[in-house]
Amino acid sequence: MAFALEAIAEDTLLLRFGDRIDAAINARVHAAAGALRQAALPGVIDIAPAFASLLVRHETGSGSFSLVAAITKAIEEGNANPLENEPDPISFEIPVFYGDNVGPDLDAVAAHAGLSPDEVIARHVTGIYTVAMLGFAPGFPYLLGLDAALHVPRRADPRTRVPAGSVAIGGAQTGIYPRELPGGWHLIGRTPLQLFDPDRNPPALLAPATRVRFRAIDAAEFARLAAARR
Amino acid sequence: MTIEVIKPGLLTTLQDRGRPGFAHLGVGRSGAFDAPALRIANALCGNAADACGLEITLLGPTLRFLEDVWIAVTGAPMPITIDGTDAPMWAPVPIRAGATLTLGATHTGCRGYVAVRGGLDFAPVLGSRSSDLNAALGPLEGRPLRAGDVLPFVTPDGVFANAATMPKWRLDPRPWFDSEAQAPLRLMPGHHLDCLTEGSRKRLFTQLFVIQSKSNRVGVRLSGPTLEWTAPIEMISEGCLPGVLQLPPSGEPIAFGPECPVSGGYPRIGQLAAVDLPRLAQRRPGDAVRFTSCTLDEALHALRKREQVLAGMEATIRRRMKMIAGLR
Repeated sequence: MAFALEAIAEDTLLLRFGDRIDAAINARVHAAAGALRQAALPGVIDIAPAFASLLVRHETGSGSFSLVAAITKAIEEGNANPLENEPDPISFEIPVFYGDNVGPDLDAVAAHAGLSPDEVIARHVTGIYTVAMLGFAPGFPYLLGLDAALHVPRRADPRTRVPAGSVAIGGAQTGIYPRELPGGWHLIGRTPLQLFDPDRNPPALLAPATRVRFRAIDAAEFARLAAARR
Repeated sequence: MTIEVIKPGLLTTLQDRGRPGFAHLGVGRSGAFDAPALRIANALCGNAADACGLEITLLGPTLRFLEDVWIAVTGAPMPITIDGTDAPMWAPVPIRAGATLTLGATHTGCRGYVAVRGGLDFAPVLGSRSSDLNAALGPLEGRPLRAGDVLPFVTPDGVFANAATMPKWRLDPRPWFDSEAQAPLRLMPGHHLDCLTEGSRKRLFTQLFVIQSKSNRVGVRLSGPTLEWTAPIEMISEGCLPGVLQLPPSGEPIAFGPECPVSGGYPRIGQLAAVDLPRLAQRRPGDAVRFTSCTLDEALHALRKREQVLAGMEATIRRRMKMIAGLR
Protein backbone atom coordinates (compact mmCIF):
# COMPACT_ATOMS: atom_id res chain seq x y z
CA MET A 1 0.00 0.00 0.00
CA ALA A 2 1.36 3.41 -0.96
CA PHE A 3 0.08 5.14 2.15
CA ALA A 4 -0.24 4.64 5.88
CA LEU A 5 -3.75 4.98 7.28
CA GLU A 6 -4.36 6.09 10.85
CA ALA A 7 -7.72 6.62 12.57
CA ILE A 8 -6.83 9.81 14.46
CA ALA A 9 -10.28 10.49 15.93
CA GLU A 10 -13.75 8.95 16.14
CA ASP A 11 -14.72 10.58 12.84
CA THR A 12 -11.37 11.13 11.12
CA LEU A 13 -8.83 9.11 9.18
CA LEU A 14 -5.42 10.44 8.16
CA LEU A 15 -3.71 8.92 5.11
CA ARG A 16 0.02 9.65 4.93
CA PHE A 17 1.79 9.34 1.58
CA GLY A 18 5.20 10.60 2.69
CA ASP A 19 6.92 12.83 5.20
CA ARG A 20 8.27 15.71 3.15
CA ILE A 21 7.12 18.52 0.87
CA ASP A 22 7.58 17.07 -2.57
CA ALA A 23 5.66 17.57 -5.82
CA ALA A 24 5.47 13.82 -6.62
CA ILE A 25 4.15 12.92 -3.15
CA ASN A 26 1.67 15.82 -3.28
CA ALA A 27 0.47 14.62 -6.71
CA ARG A 28 -0.32 11.21 -5.17
CA VAL A 29 -2.30 12.95 -2.42
CA HIS A 30 -4.38 14.77 -5.04
CA ALA A 31 -4.84 11.61 -7.11
CA ALA A 32 -6.16 9.84 -3.99
CA ALA A 33 -8.42 12.81 -3.15
CA GLY A 34 -9.78 12.78 -6.70
CA ALA A 35 -10.43 9.04 -6.57
CA LEU A 36 -12.27 9.38 -3.25
CA ARG A 37 -14.39 12.26 -4.53
CA GLN A 38 -15.29 10.24 -7.57
CA ALA A 39 -16.13 7.19 -5.46
CA ALA A 40 -18.54 9.35 -3.39
CA LEU A 41 -18.44 6.90 -0.49
CA PRO A 42 -21.46 7.21 1.80
CA GLY A 43 -20.71 8.79 5.17
CA VAL A 44 -17.64 10.71 3.96
CA ILE A 45 -17.93 14.40 4.93
CA ASP A 46 -14.52 15.95 4.18
CA ILE A 47 -11.62 15.01 1.91
CA ALA A 48 -8.88 17.52 2.67
CA PRO A 49 -5.43 17.25 1.04
CA ALA A 50 -2.27 18.52 2.73
CA PHE A 51 1.32 18.41 1.38
CA ALA A 52 1.83 14.69 1.96
CA SER A 53 -1.36 13.53 3.66
CA LEU A 54 -5.08 13.37 3.18
CA LEU A 55 -7.59 13.90 5.96
CA VAL A 56 -10.90 12.08 5.58
CA ARG A 57 -13.70 13.00 7.94
CA HIS A 58 -16.66 10.67 8.08
CA GLU A 59 -19.84 10.22 10.03
CA THR A 60 -19.08 8.68 13.40
CA GLY A 61 -19.84 5.00 13.30
CA SER A 62 -18.97 4.64 9.63
CA GLY A 63 -15.28 4.62 10.55
CA SER A 64 -15.43 0.87 10.54
CA PHE A 65 -13.36 -1.68 8.79
CA SER A 66 -15.62 -1.45 5.74
CA LEU A 67 -15.02 2.28 5.20
CA VAL A 68 -11.26 1.79 5.46
CA ALA A 69 -11.51 -1.04 2.94
CA ALA A 70 -13.66 1.07 0.60
CA ILE A 71 -11.21 3.99 0.79
CA THR A 72 -8.25 1.75 0.05
CA LYS A 73 -10.08 0.15 -2.87
CA ALA A 74 -11.13 3.52 -4.34
CA ILE A 75 -7.58 4.87 -4.18
CA GLU A 76 -6.08 1.74 -5.68
CA GLU A 77 -8.59 1.78 -8.52
CA GLY A 78 -7.82 5.46 -9.03
CA ASN A 79 -4.12 4.58 -9.26
CA ALA A 80 -4.91 1.90 -11.82
CA ASN A 81 -6.73 4.48 -13.99
CA PRO A 82 -4.57 7.55 -13.44
CA LEU A 83 -5.83 9.51 -16.46
CA GLU A 84 -9.23 10.05 -14.89
CA ASN A 85 -7.64 11.71 -11.89
CA GLU A 86 -5.03 13.88 -13.58
CA PRO A 87 -5.16 17.41 -12.21
CA ASP A 88 -6.62 19.99 -14.57
CA PRO A 89 -3.81 20.84 -16.99
CA ILE A 90 -5.20 24.30 -17.72
CA SER A 91 -3.25 26.75 -15.65
CA PHE A 92 -5.03 29.49 -13.80
CA GLU A 93 -3.46 32.87 -14.37
CA ILE A 94 -3.08 35.23 -11.43
CA PRO A 95 -2.36 38.86 -12.39
CA VAL A 96 0.10 40.45 -9.96
CA PHE A 97 1.29 44.00 -9.54
CA TYR A 98 4.83 43.40 -8.26
CA GLY A 99 6.95 45.60 -6.03
CA ASP A 100 6.15 49.23 -5.30
CA ASN A 101 4.14 49.78 -2.11
CA VAL A 102 2.21 46.51 -2.55
CA GLY A 103 5.37 44.35 -2.59
CA PRO A 104 7.46 45.92 0.18
CA ASP A 105 9.74 42.86 0.50
CA LEU A 106 10.61 42.50 -3.20
CA ASP A 107 13.96 44.24 -2.71
CA ALA A 108 14.79 42.10 0.33
CA VAL A 109 13.98 38.90 -1.59
CA ALA A 110 16.13 40.14 -4.49
CA ALA A 111 19.03 40.92 -2.15
CA HIS A 112 18.74 37.48 -0.53
CA ALA A 113 18.67 35.78 -3.94
CA GLY A 114 21.50 37.91 -5.34
CA LEU A 115 19.21 39.02 -8.17
CA SER A 116 17.68 42.29 -9.28
CA PRO A 117 13.99 42.89 -8.42
CA ASP A 118 13.13 42.51 -12.14
CA GLU A 119 14.90 39.15 -12.24
CA VAL A 120 12.87 38.00 -9.20
CA ILE A 121 9.66 38.98 -11.00
CA ALA A 122 10.83 37.26 -14.19
CA ARG A 123 11.52 34.03 -12.32
CA HIS A 124 8.27 34.24 -10.32
CA VAL A 125 6.14 34.57 -13.48
CA THR A 126 8.07 31.82 -15.29
CA GLY A 127 7.13 29.15 -12.76
CA ILE A 128 4.18 26.77 -13.08
CA TYR A 129 2.81 26.13 -9.62
CA THR A 130 0.49 23.57 -8.09
CA VAL A 131 -1.95 24.31 -5.27
CA ALA A 132 -0.55 21.76 -2.82
CA MET A 133 -3.19 22.51 -0.18
CA LEU A 134 -5.41 25.23 1.21
CA GLY A 135 -5.04 26.18 4.83
CA PHE A 136 -4.08 28.85 7.35
CA ALA A 137 -7.21 30.79 6.32
CA PRO A 138 -10.13 30.00 4.00
CA GLY A 139 -8.84 30.05 0.43
CA PHE A 140 -5.13 30.48 1.26
CA PRO A 141 -3.23 28.42 -1.35
CA TYR A 142 0.15 26.89 -0.57
CA LEU A 143 1.82 26.78 -4.00
CA LEU A 144 4.60 24.35 -4.88
CA GLY A 145 6.98 24.99 -7.77
CA LEU A 146 8.89 28.08 -6.65
CA ASP A 147 12.26 28.63 -8.36
CA ALA A 148 14.94 27.48 -5.88
CA ALA A 149 16.74 30.82 -6.23
CA LEU A 150 13.69 32.53 -4.70
CA HIS A 151 13.52 30.42 -1.54
CA VAL A 152 13.76 32.83 1.39
CA PRO A 153 13.35 32.00 5.11
CA ARG A 154 10.27 33.60 6.68
CA ARG A 155 10.58 37.04 8.20
CA ALA A 156 11.98 37.07 11.72
CA ASP A 157 9.42 39.70 12.56
CA PRO A 158 5.95 38.71 11.25
CA ARG A 159 3.53 41.49 10.28
CA THR A 160 0.34 41.81 12.28
CA ARG A 161 -1.56 42.90 9.15
CA VAL A 162 -0.87 41.63 5.67
CA PRO A 163 -3.29 43.16 3.11
CA ALA A 164 -5.73 40.96 1.17
CA GLY A 165 -4.38 39.77 -2.18
CA SER A 166 -0.73 39.97 -1.12
CA VAL A 167 1.47 37.56 -3.08
CA ALA A 168 4.20 36.27 -0.83
CA ILE A 169 7.16 33.94 -0.47
CA GLY A 170 7.72 31.84 2.66
CA GLY A 171 10.57 29.32 2.57
CA ALA A 172 10.22 27.11 -0.51
CA GLN A 173 6.63 28.16 -1.19
CA THR A 174 4.67 31.01 -2.56
CA GLY A 175 1.12 31.89 -1.57
CA ILE A 176 -1.59 34.52 -1.68
CA TYR A 177 -3.32 36.06 1.36
CA PRO A 178 -7.09 35.81 0.71
CA ARG A 179 -7.89 38.57 3.19
CA GLU A 180 -6.13 40.80 5.71
CA LEU A 181 -4.29 38.49 8.09
CA PRO A 182 -1.17 38.41 10.22
CA GLY A 183 1.74 36.82 8.38
CA GLY A 184 5.48 36.19 8.28
CA TRP A 185 5.97 35.67 4.54
CA HIS A 186 7.79 38.15 2.29
CA LEU A 187 5.37 40.31 0.29
CA ILE A 188 6.46 40.73 -3.33
CA GLY A 189 3.24 41.97 -4.94
CA ARG A 190 -0.53 41.96 -4.91
CA THR A 191 -3.32 40.50 -7.03
CA PRO A 192 -6.65 42.27 -7.54
CA LEU A 193 -8.47 38.91 -7.70
CA GLN A 194 -10.64 37.80 -4.80
CA LEU A 195 -9.22 34.48 -3.60
CA PHE A 196 -12.18 33.57 -1.40
CA ASP A 197 -15.82 34.59 -1.41
CA PRO A 198 -18.32 32.48 0.54
CA ASP A 199 -21.14 33.71 -1.70
CA ARG A 200 -19.41 32.44 -4.84
CA ASN A 201 -19.54 28.83 -6.06
CA PRO A 202 -16.96 27.49 -5.66
CA PRO A 203 -15.98 29.88 -2.87
CA ALA A 204 -12.22 29.41 -3.32
CA LEU A 205 -10.68 30.71 -6.55
CA LEU A 206 -7.97 28.06 -6.45
CA ALA A 207 -8.92 24.48 -5.59
CA PRO A 208 -6.37 21.92 -4.40
CA ALA A 209 -4.29 20.53 -7.32
CA THR A 210 -5.00 23.55 -9.57
CA ARG A 211 -2.07 24.58 -11.79
CA VAL A 212 -1.28 28.27 -11.41
CA ARG A 213 0.84 30.86 -13.22
CA PHE A 214 1.46 34.48 -12.35
CA ARG A 215 1.37 37.37 -14.82
CA ALA A 216 2.96 40.75 -14.12
CA ILE A 217 0.60 43.71 -14.47
CA ASP A 218 1.07 47.44 -13.91
CA ALA A 219 -0.70 49.77 -11.51
CA ALA A 220 -3.25 50.83 -14.13
CA GLU A 221 -4.29 47.24 -14.91
CA PHE A 222 -4.42 46.44 -11.19
CA ALA A 223 -6.79 49.37 -10.69
CA ARG A 224 -8.92 48.32 -13.66
CA LEU A 225 -9.20 44.68 -12.53
CA ALA A 226 -9.89 45.71 -8.94
CA ALA A 227 -12.65 48.06 -10.11
CA ALA A 228 -14.15 45.36 -12.38
CA ARG A 229 -14.42 43.07 -9.37
CA ARG A 230 -16.81 45.40 -7.60
CA MET B 1 -39.73 38.78 14.48
CA THR B 2 -36.65 40.07 16.14
CA ILE B 3 -34.49 40.31 19.22
CA GLU B 4 -32.55 43.46 19.96
CA VAL B 5 -29.08 43.20 21.49
CA ILE B 6 -28.89 45.71 24.36
CA LYS B 7 -25.54 44.49 25.73
CA PRO B 8 -23.52 41.86 23.85
CA GLY B 9 -21.86 40.19 26.85
CA LEU B 10 -18.17 39.32 26.87
CA LEU B 11 -18.13 37.23 23.68
CA THR B 12 -21.45 36.06 22.29
CA THR B 13 -21.54 34.31 18.93
CA LEU B 14 -24.08 32.69 16.62
CA GLN B 15 -23.59 28.92 16.60
CA ASP B 16 -25.22 25.84 15.17
CA ARG B 17 -23.87 22.36 14.43
CA GLY B 18 -21.04 23.79 12.37
CA ARG B 19 -19.78 23.96 8.81
CA PRO B 20 -18.68 20.53 7.55
CA GLY B 21 -17.49 19.72 4.04
CA PHE B 22 -15.17 22.65 3.27
CA ALA B 23 -11.92 21.58 4.96
CA HIS B 24 -10.25 21.20 1.54
CA LEU B 25 -10.81 24.94 0.96
CA GLY B 26 -9.28 25.88 4.30
CA VAL B 27 -12.66 26.35 6.03
CA GLY B 28 -12.93 24.87 9.53
CA ARG B 29 -15.86 23.22 11.26
CA SER B 30 -16.76 25.85 13.84
CA GLY B 31 -20.10 25.24 15.61
CA ALA B 32 -21.00 25.19 19.31
CA PHE B 33 -18.03 24.25 21.52
CA ASP B 34 -20.36 22.47 23.98
CA ALA B 35 -22.49 20.94 21.23
CA PRO B 36 -24.82 18.82 23.44
CA ALA B 37 -25.73 21.90 25.49
CA LEU B 38 -26.92 23.73 22.35
CA ARG B 39 -28.76 20.62 21.15
CA ILE B 40 -30.64 20.38 24.46
CA ALA B 41 -31.47 24.09 24.38
CA ASN B 42 -32.87 23.59 20.88
CA ALA B 43 -34.86 20.54 22.00
CA LEU B 44 -36.35 22.59 24.85
CA CYS B 45 -37.59 25.07 22.23
CA GLY B 46 -38.99 22.35 20.00
CA ASN B 47 -36.30 23.16 17.41
CA ALA B 48 -34.41 20.90 15.05
CA ALA B 49 -30.97 19.93 16.33
CA ASP B 50 -29.29 22.10 13.70
CA ALA B 51 -31.09 25.35 14.64
CA CYS B 52 -28.94 28.40 15.32
CA GLY B 53 -28.59 29.78 18.85
CA LEU B 54 -26.19 31.90 20.86
CA GLU B 55 -22.96 30.79 22.51
CA ILE B 56 -22.11 32.89 25.55
CA THR B 57 -18.64 33.18 27.06
CA LEU B 58 -18.28 33.86 30.82
CA LEU B 59 -20.66 36.85 30.79
CA GLY B 60 -23.99 36.77 29.00
CA PRO B 61 -25.81 39.38 26.93
CA THR B 62 -28.89 41.50 27.63
CA LEU B 63 -31.55 40.98 24.97
CA ARG B 64 -34.92 42.63 24.33
CA PHE B 65 -37.57 40.48 22.69
CA LEU B 66 -39.93 42.30 20.36
CA GLU B 67 -42.41 39.40 20.05
CA ASP B 68 -43.85 36.71 22.29
CA VAL B 69 -41.66 33.63 22.13
CA TRP B 70 -40.09 31.02 24.29
CA ILE B 71 -36.42 30.35 24.88
CA ALA B 72 -34.16 27.94 26.74
CA VAL B 73 -30.76 28.51 28.34
CA THR B 74 -28.30 25.67 28.99
CA GLY B 75 -24.58 25.20 29.64
CA ALA B 76 -22.60 26.85 32.41
CA PRO B 77 -24.78 27.96 35.36
CA MET B 78 -25.48 31.70 35.36
CA PRO B 79 -28.13 34.02 36.76
CA ILE B 80 -31.02 34.72 34.38
CA THR B 81 -33.70 37.35 34.79
CA ILE B 82 -36.64 38.42 32.66
CA ASP B 83 -37.60 42.00 33.49
CA GLY B 84 -35.88 41.50 36.83
CA THR B 85 -37.60 38.20 37.73
CA ASP B 86 -35.47 35.06 38.06
CA ALA B 87 -35.89 32.47 35.32
CA PRO B 88 -34.63 28.87 35.24
CA MET B 89 -31.99 27.25 33.05
CA TRP B 90 -32.54 23.85 31.37
CA ALA B 91 -36.25 24.55 30.89
CA PRO B 92 -38.54 26.16 28.32
CA VAL B 93 -39.09 29.77 29.41
CA PRO B 94 -41.82 32.05 28.01
CA ILE B 95 -40.92 35.63 27.13
CA ARG B 96 -43.47 38.34 26.41
CA ALA B 97 -43.06 40.93 23.67
CA GLY B 98 -41.11 43.87 25.06
CA ALA B 99 -39.47 41.87 27.86
CA THR B 100 -35.74 42.08 28.55
CA LEU B 101 -33.70 38.94 29.17
CA THR B 102 -30.54 39.48 31.21
CA LEU B 103 -27.92 36.75 31.42
CA GLY B 104 -25.26 37.24 34.08
CA ALA B 105 -21.77 35.88 34.65
CA THR B 106 -21.23 32.12 34.83
CA HIS B 107 -20.72 30.89 38.40
CA THR B 108 -18.64 27.97 37.23
CA GLY B 109 -17.96 26.77 33.72
CA CYS B 110 -17.27 28.91 30.69
CA ARG B 111 -19.99 28.72 28.04
CA GLY B 112 -23.75 29.05 27.99
CA TYR B 113 -26.27 28.57 25.19
CA VAL B 114 -29.51 30.34 24.34
CA ALA B 115 -31.98 28.81 21.93
CA VAL B 116 -35.06 30.64 20.67
CA ARG B 117 -38.22 28.90 19.46
CA GLY B 118 -37.80 28.52 15.68
CA GLY B 119 -34.08 29.28 15.73
CA LEU B 120 -32.21 32.43 14.75
CA ASP B 121 -33.01 33.06 11.12
CA PHE B 122 -29.87 34.31 9.39
CA ALA B 123 -28.95 33.25 5.86
CA PRO B 124 -26.48 30.37 6.15
CA VAL B 125 -22.90 30.95 4.97
CA LEU B 126 -21.44 27.81 3.37
CA GLY B 127 -24.28 25.80 4.82
CA SER B 128 -24.00 27.04 8.40
CA ARG B 129 -25.05 29.94 10.59
CA SER B 130 -22.04 29.47 12.88
CA SER B 131 -19.70 32.39 13.42
CA ASP B 132 -16.09 31.52 12.69
CA LEU B 133 -14.42 34.51 14.36
CA ASN B 134 -10.93 33.59 13.26
CA ALA B 135 -11.92 33.23 9.60
CA ALA B 136 -14.43 36.12 9.76
CA LEU B 137 -16.98 33.74 8.26
CA GLY B 138 -20.68 33.45 8.98
CA PRO B 139 -23.66 35.78 9.38
CA LEU B 140 -22.74 39.24 10.79
CA GLU B 141 -19.40 38.86 8.91
CA GLY B 142 -18.48 36.16 11.40
CA ARG B 143 -18.07 38.62 14.26
CA PRO B 144 -19.42 38.41 17.82
CA LEU B 145 -22.64 40.22 18.76
CA ARG B 146 -22.57 43.98 19.27
CA ALA B 147 -24.97 46.28 21.04
CA GLY B 148 -27.64 47.32 18.53
CA ASP B 149 -27.56 44.09 16.51
CA VAL B 150 -30.97 42.77 15.53
CA LEU B 151 -31.41 38.99 15.57
CA PRO B 152 -34.24 37.67 13.39
CA PHE B 153 -36.18 34.55 14.31
CA VAL B 154 -39.20 32.72 12.96
CA THR B 155 -41.73 30.95 15.11
CA PRO B 156 -42.93 28.19 12.84
CA ASP B 157 -46.34 27.56 14.32
CA GLY B 158 -47.60 30.65 16.08
CA VAL B 159 -47.69 28.87 19.44
CA PHE B 160 -47.47 31.73 21.89
CA ALA B 161 -45.23 31.87 24.84
CA ASN B 162 -47.74 31.57 27.60
CA ALA B 163 -46.72 31.00 31.18
CA ALA B 164 -49.96 29.08 31.80
CA THR B 165 -49.23 26.52 29.08
CA MET B 166 -45.50 26.23 29.70
CA PRO B 167 -44.22 23.06 31.36
CA LYS B 168 -43.33 23.38 35.00
CA TRP B 169 -40.44 20.91 34.88
CA ARG B 170 -36.78 21.49 34.20
CA LEU B 171 -34.00 19.10 33.23
CA ASP B 172 -31.37 17.88 35.62
CA PRO B 173 -28.23 19.46 34.14
CA ARG B 174 -25.84 17.09 35.89
CA PRO B 175 -25.06 14.69 33.10
CA TRP B 176 -24.66 17.59 30.68
CA PHE B 177 -22.77 20.12 32.70
CA ASP B 178 -19.61 18.87 34.33
CA SER B 179 -19.18 20.81 37.52
CA GLU B 180 -16.38 18.54 38.72
CA ALA B 181 -13.55 20.42 37.08
CA GLN B 182 -11.04 17.94 38.44
CA ALA B 183 -12.37 14.91 36.58
CA PRO B 184 -9.80 13.94 33.93
CA LEU B 185 -10.39 14.33 30.20
CA ARG B 186 -9.96 11.20 28.08
CA LEU B 187 -7.03 11.45 25.68
CA MET B 188 -6.21 9.06 22.86
CA PRO B 189 -2.54 8.74 21.92
CA GLY B 190 -1.45 11.15 19.18
CA HIS B 191 0.97 10.42 16.35
CA HIS B 192 3.96 11.89 18.21
CA LEU B 193 3.15 10.73 21.75
CA ASP B 194 5.85 8.08 21.61
CA CYS B 195 8.42 10.77 20.74
CA LEU B 196 8.03 12.24 24.24
CA THR B 197 10.45 11.09 26.90
CA GLU B 198 9.09 8.43 29.23
CA GLY B 199 9.01 10.95 32.07
CA SER B 200 7.07 13.43 29.94
CA ARG B 201 4.48 10.82 28.98
CA LYS B 202 4.04 9.99 32.64
CA ARG B 203 3.67 13.67 33.57
CA LEU B 204 1.11 14.18 30.78
CA PHE B 205 -1.19 11.56 32.29
CA THR B 206 -0.62 12.23 36.00
CA GLN B 207 -0.02 15.92 36.57
CA LEU B 208 -2.28 18.96 36.50
CA PHE B 209 -2.39 21.47 33.67
CA VAL B 210 -3.92 24.92 34.10
CA ILE B 211 -5.96 26.75 31.45
CA GLN B 212 -4.39 30.02 30.36
CA SER B 213 -6.39 33.20 29.88
CA LYS B 214 -5.46 33.48 26.18
CA SER B 215 -7.60 30.42 25.43
CA ASN B 216 -10.48 30.79 22.98
CA ARG B 217 -12.62 28.86 20.50
CA VAL B 218 -9.53 28.12 18.41
CA GLY B 219 -7.79 26.36 21.24
CA VAL B 220 -7.41 25.99 24.97
CA ARG B 221 -3.86 26.79 26.00
CA LEU B 222 -2.43 24.85 28.90
CA SER B 223 0.47 25.43 31.21
CA GLY B 224 1.82 22.63 33.33
CA PRO B 225 4.64 20.15 33.68
CA THR B 226 7.57 20.21 31.28
CA LEU B 227 7.08 17.96 28.25
CA GLU B 228 10.21 17.06 26.29
CA TRP B 229 10.96 15.16 23.09
CA THR B 230 13.53 12.38 22.97
CA ALA B 231 14.77 14.01 19.73
CA PRO B 232 13.80 17.08 17.71
CA ILE B 233 10.74 16.45 15.52
CA GLU B 234 10.70 17.55 11.90
CA MET B 235 7.23 17.57 10.43
CA ILE B 236 5.21 19.19 7.72
CA SER B 237 1.76 20.65 7.97
CA GLU B 238 -1.06 18.08 7.94
CA GLY B 239 -4.80 18.04 8.57
CA CYS B 240 -5.97 19.28 11.95
CA LEU B 241 -9.28 18.99 13.80
CA PRO B 242 -10.96 19.89 17.09
CA GLY B 243 -9.69 17.81 19.99
CA VAL B 244 -6.08 17.62 18.78
CA LEU B 245 -3.59 18.17 21.61
CA GLN B 246 -0.68 19.89 19.93
CA LEU B 247 2.72 20.55 21.49
CA PRO B 248 4.35 23.62 19.91
CA PRO B 249 7.99 24.60 20.54
CA SER B 250 6.92 26.72 23.54
CA GLY B 251 6.34 23.42 25.35
CA GLU B 252 2.83 24.46 26.35
CA PRO B 253 0.16 22.20 24.85
CA ILE B 254 -2.90 23.53 23.00
CA ALA B 255 -6.13 21.54 22.97
CA PHE B 256 -7.91 22.60 19.77
CA GLY B 257 -11.51 23.78 19.78
CA PRO B 258 -14.14 24.09 17.03
CA GLU B 259 -12.47 27.06 15.33
CA CYS B 260 -9.07 25.41 14.99
CA PRO B 261 -7.19 25.71 11.68
CA VAL B 262 -7.74 22.91 9.15
CA SER B 263 -4.02 22.20 9.10
CA GLY B 264 -1.23 22.33 11.63
CA GLY B 265 2.51 22.02 11.52
CA TYR B 266 3.31 21.12 15.11
CA PRO B 267 3.53 17.65 16.65
CA ARG B 268 0.37 16.16 18.11
CA ILE B 269 0.62 14.23 21.32
CA GLY B 270 -3.03 13.33 21.74
CA GLN B 271 -6.62 13.51 20.60
CA LEU B 272 -9.35 14.26 23.11
CA ALA B 273 -12.25 11.85 23.09
CA ALA B 274 -15.12 13.62 21.31
CA VAL B 275 -17.36 13.09 24.35
CA ASP B 276 -14.96 15.22 26.38
CA LEU B 277 -14.85 18.23 24.02
CA PRO B 278 -17.95 19.71 25.72
CA ARG B 279 -16.22 19.27 29.06
CA LEU B 280 -13.14 21.08 27.74
CA ALA B 281 -15.47 23.84 26.49
CA GLN B 282 -16.67 24.37 30.05
CA ARG B 283 -13.22 24.80 31.61
CA ARG B 284 -12.35 28.42 32.21
CA PRO B 285 -9.04 30.23 32.57
CA GLY B 286 -7.42 29.14 35.83
CA ASP B 287 -9.26 25.80 35.91
CA ALA B 288 -7.21 22.63 36.19
CA VAL B 289 -7.16 19.86 33.58
CA ARG B 290 -5.96 16.32 33.97
CA PHE B 291 -5.73 13.71 31.23
CA THR B 292 -6.39 10.03 31.36
CA SER B 293 -5.41 7.64 28.61
CA CYS B 294 -8.12 6.07 26.47
CA THR B 295 -8.33 4.03 23.27
CA LEU B 296 -10.23 4.89 20.10
CA ASP B 297 -12.65 2.03 20.80
CA GLU B 298 -13.37 3.34 24.29
CA ALA B 299 -13.87 6.85 22.91
CA LEU B 300 -16.26 5.55 20.22
CA HIS B 301 -18.18 3.51 22.75
CA ALA B 302 -18.56 6.50 25.09
CA LEU B 303 -19.68 8.68 22.17
CA ARG B 304 -22.30 6.17 20.96
CA LYS B 305 -23.62 5.84 24.49
CA ARG B 306 -23.91 9.61 24.89
CA GLU B 307 -25.62 9.94 21.49
CA GLN B 308 -28.19 7.34 22.55
CA VAL B 309 -28.92 9.14 25.79
CA LEU B 310 -29.07 12.51 24.05
CA ALA B 311 -31.38 11.28 21.27
CA GLY B 312 -33.60 9.59 23.86
CA MET B 313 -33.80 12.76 25.87
CA GLU B 314 -34.61 14.86 22.79
CA ALA B 315 -37.48 12.47 22.01
CA THR B 316 -38.79 12.65 25.59
CA ILE B 317 -38.65 16.45 25.59
CA ARG B 318 -40.49 16.51 22.27
CA ARG B 319 -43.26 14.30 23.65
CA ARG B 320 -43.74 16.33 26.78
CA MET B 321 -43.68 19.63 24.91
CA LYS B 322 -46.40 18.37 22.56
CA MET B 323 -48.61 17.40 25.45
CA ILE B 324 -48.22 20.64 27.29
CA ALA B 325 -47.85 23.30 24.63
CA GLY B 326 -50.13 21.72 22.06
CA LEU B 327 -47.42 21.54 19.41
CA ARG B 328 -47.99 19.60 16.26
